[in-house]
Amino acid sequence: MNTLLQRRDVKWGFRSTLILYTLLLIILPIAGIYVQSFSGGVPVFIESIFEPLAWKSIWLTFRLSLIATAINIVIGTMAAWVLHRYRFPGRTLLNSLVDLPFALPTAVGGLMILLLLGPNSWIGSLAHAAGIRIVFAEPAIVIAMVFVTFPFVIRAVQPLLEEADRTQEEAAHTLGASKLRTFFKVLLPQMGPGMISGGMLAFSRALAEFGAVVLVAGNIPGKTLIASVFIFGEIESDNPQGAAAVSVMLLTLSFLVLWIVNTLQSRREER
Amino acid sequence: MHIEVRDLNKWFGDYHAVRQMNFSIETGQLIGLLGPSGGGKTSVLRMLAGLEQPDGGEIIFHGRVMNQVPPQERGIGFVFQHYALFKHMTVFDNVAFGLTIKKWPKDRIRTRVMELLELTGLAGTEKRYPHQLSGGQRQRVAFARALAPEPQLLLLDEPFAAIDAKIRKELRTWLKSLIERVGITSIFVTHDQDEAIEVADEIMIIQQGQLEQKGTPWDIYKSPETPFVAEFIGESTILDHVASLKGFETAAAWTESKALIRPEYIEVGKIGELPLKSACERGVVKALHFRGSEWLVEVTVADLPLKTYRPLEREVLKIGEEVDVLVHRVYMFSDEDHWVQENALKEDPMPIHI
Amino acid sequence: MSKRSGTARVLIVLTYAVFLLLLIIPLMQVVLSAMEHGVSSVLASLTRPEALHAMKMTLSVVVVVTLLNTMFGIFMAITIVRGNWIGRSLRRWLNSIIDLPYAVSPVIGGFMIVLMLGPNTVVGTLLADAGIPIVYAFPGMVLATLFVTFPLMVREVVPVLQEIGTQQEEAASMLGAYQWTTFWRVTWPSIRWGVLYGVVLTVARSLGEFGAVLVVSGNIMNKTQTMTTLVYQDVDNFNIASANSLALVLAAGSIALLLFMEWAKKRKGVHGDAH
Repeated sequence: MNTLLQRRDVKWGFRSTLILYTLLLIILPIAGIYVQSFSGGVPVFIESIFEPLAWKSIWLTFRLSLIATAINIVIGTMAAWVLHRYRFPGRTLLNSLVDLPFALPTAVGGLMILLLLGPNSWIGSLAHAAGIRIVFAEPAIVIAMVFVTFPFVIRAVQPLLEEADRTQEEAAHTLGASKLRTFFKVLLPQMGPGMISGGMLAFSRALAEFGAVVLVAGNIPGKTLIASVFIFGEIESDNPQGAAAVSVMLLTLSFLVLWIVNTLQSRREER
Repeated sequence: MHIEVRDLNKWFGDYHAVRQMNFSIETGQLIGLLGPSGGGKTSVLRMLAGLEQPDGGEIIFHGRVMNQVPPQERGIGFVFQHYALFKHMTVFDNVAFGLTIKKWPKDRIRTRVMELLELTGLAGTEKRYPHQLSGGQRQRVAFARALAPEPQLLLLDEPFAAIDAKIRKELRTWLKSLIERVGITSIFVTHDQDEAIEVADEIMIIQQGQLEQKGTPWDIYKSPETPFVAEFIGESTILDHVASLKGFETAAAWTESKALIRPEYIEVGKIGELPLKSACERGVVKALHFRGSEWLVEVTVADLPLKTYRPLEREVLKIGEEVDVLVHRVYMFSDEDHWVQENALKEDPMPIHI
Repeated sequence: MSKRSGTARVLIVLTYAVFLLLLIIPLMQVVLSAMEHGVSSVLASLTRPEALHAMKMTLSVVVVVTLLNTMFGIFMAITIVRGNWIGRSLRRWLNSIIDLPYAVSPVIGGFMIVLMLGPNTVVGTLLADAGIPIVYAFPGMVLATLFVTFPLMVREVVPVLQEIGTQQEEAASMLGAYQWTTFWRVTWPSIRWGVLYGVVLTVARSLGEFGAVLVVSGNIMNKTQTMTTLVYQDVDNFNIASANSLALVLAAGSIALLLFMEWAKKRKGVHGDAH
């Protein structure tokens, strides 16, 4: 094998395979979407985007993802803090459970929510009696998004807390700062970068989510039809043009978020 | 192994790390590459090893150009700065690694490894993992591992840098005697002049990618060939004008040159204590520093700040005290030239102790 | 810890509430609902021919994808960290390309493959004529899942390679070892726990992949249907009980993987500290 690997052509064979693999699997397909969406010309692209249902689905996705991200930043930061700072029974178990949404198939996640809050469950019927719609309405979509993106903020804040110096906090106390003041002036700035980058990742994932949402949203066009489900519908009804246009919008938005996260991270590492 | 290097050059992007270097090393010598960090010493070592490709020049071992020979075939032992021990292998497996690559039979490997562990004082640690060893032990393992395949040349990159100051001295003497016993040509890199002086047969001083001087420690100390070497080796003070010192009036003729004075060039004593009264000059003690085995005395003579040593057995000086100062010689240098200037008033009545 | 402050107690209770509501109760719900009609009905819906076929399909995708992704992932990571044969800027560029699939919705990922290799494209037709249909067939499903899992292995191995540095590998080459030997005897033992973790992540992700596979496979029963797309179809047909049984199997698989992941993470951590 040694002599084999020494040979130039074998080496270059390996290398070109790798480049080809990346090119075929990642770059060409993404480029393909952009090409397809503009294949009918710019006017057709604009028309596809401003088609009311398409536009509404993008806006709905954006809005609900934002809400889900906000919820996640709050509960995620709290959970990260509690898991880091306090020792209490069941802590290790909870810490392991954090990754569950990553391990669980999203379709199963959607089904779980459906079973728990659906019309046949007691919560669902209770809510129905009170005149609140959960499943097949916006709340269920938000819940699905929160579920799927739950680990991001926690996993981004935890390492920052690990490396943060407890003495800073103690120093603030000795300088006479109240607990609340210490929290806002010392702890929050330490967790801040994780909350932002974790939140961004959660947002980007929520924008893209399909499996969990498609089962609980009801997918009523113009009302609970989110972008990725809209794209799926367009593909099913053989309208690649419309699917591609919305895909491009969604992709560009996600890439933007990813790019911001990367920039923030590299700037943090430089310091 | 006889080593010859001709017109060696290395660039890292825009940075000229090694410039036009030429030297040769005789078989069996222990050479120290000495110089400030970032001066190109490690690059020279890595090019000799084949881990880095030269951008110009030739590396010749025993008359054979090695530039295109891969590191695997150069027959060189390399001790890395942080040892680079294989942390998932035991001490035994680490030392045996090179021999298993050479496909030695098992029993021969065992004999050789045990022999080396014995030699390096590591007997009994063969089943341990690197993280269970002390810094000094790790260094010995790295050393044994490099020696195992019986290399022709041993390269060591800052071999003592990661070791506690106390053990470092011990290891230095140990390494020197071991290399002498094995009789292998060795080159080590260091930025610590004490280390180089103590361990090496010959020192090569490297600065900004250039070879400043090559010679025995004593030669380099005694007759530095460049101002950089003079300043880098030993303690020294640099003065712009020494013509005001007694016995060096002629120095006024060389307006462009500076003078370098080592503490050993100067003697200080209570008034009347020193011989050669005619060459002595009055000075005032500015500060005294206890250095364990001697005093470091700062004196001013004719407004010039000078440093010298004073043995502990002599009477202790006081700050502000007026003293006799005798400057035996200075090292003069200008952009073009350098020479040693003896005190003109001094007729040497006895050997100078330096 | 009996003198815990009031805030602490409130925060712990709140955290427990979040975990209970969001993770634990829904998970229990799946188990309970599946058991509602008894074990025999669960077994009955699991032994439906389409369910058995879906399991086989999912398993095949998992195996093929994990193998390919592991191989290429390790190779890609080595190239990004150590590959002097491509320029520095190209390496940095590659490094950011790796993350792109994170930002792409799985549906779009599947759609891209349909666009490139679907029955309406030149390449797709050519391949289909040659007897290798991509879209609505197994190869397409593998491609889609590979796309989605692409970053997982690379992202695990790159930091490990960066951390161990090049000195051990250089030491090996000074001792006469060539690349292949150096990789197996020096590099591999250092990265294997990272690789194992990447494998677990890849298995979990390819087991659960839904959107991309749904689009590419066409969800054809007894042909390209996987477990997740069958769950979707069952829900669509209001056959919640059957969906539930399959979900139970998937959930059990994921939890097993999660436990394994925790274990691997600990081993990785222990190994990482030991130097």
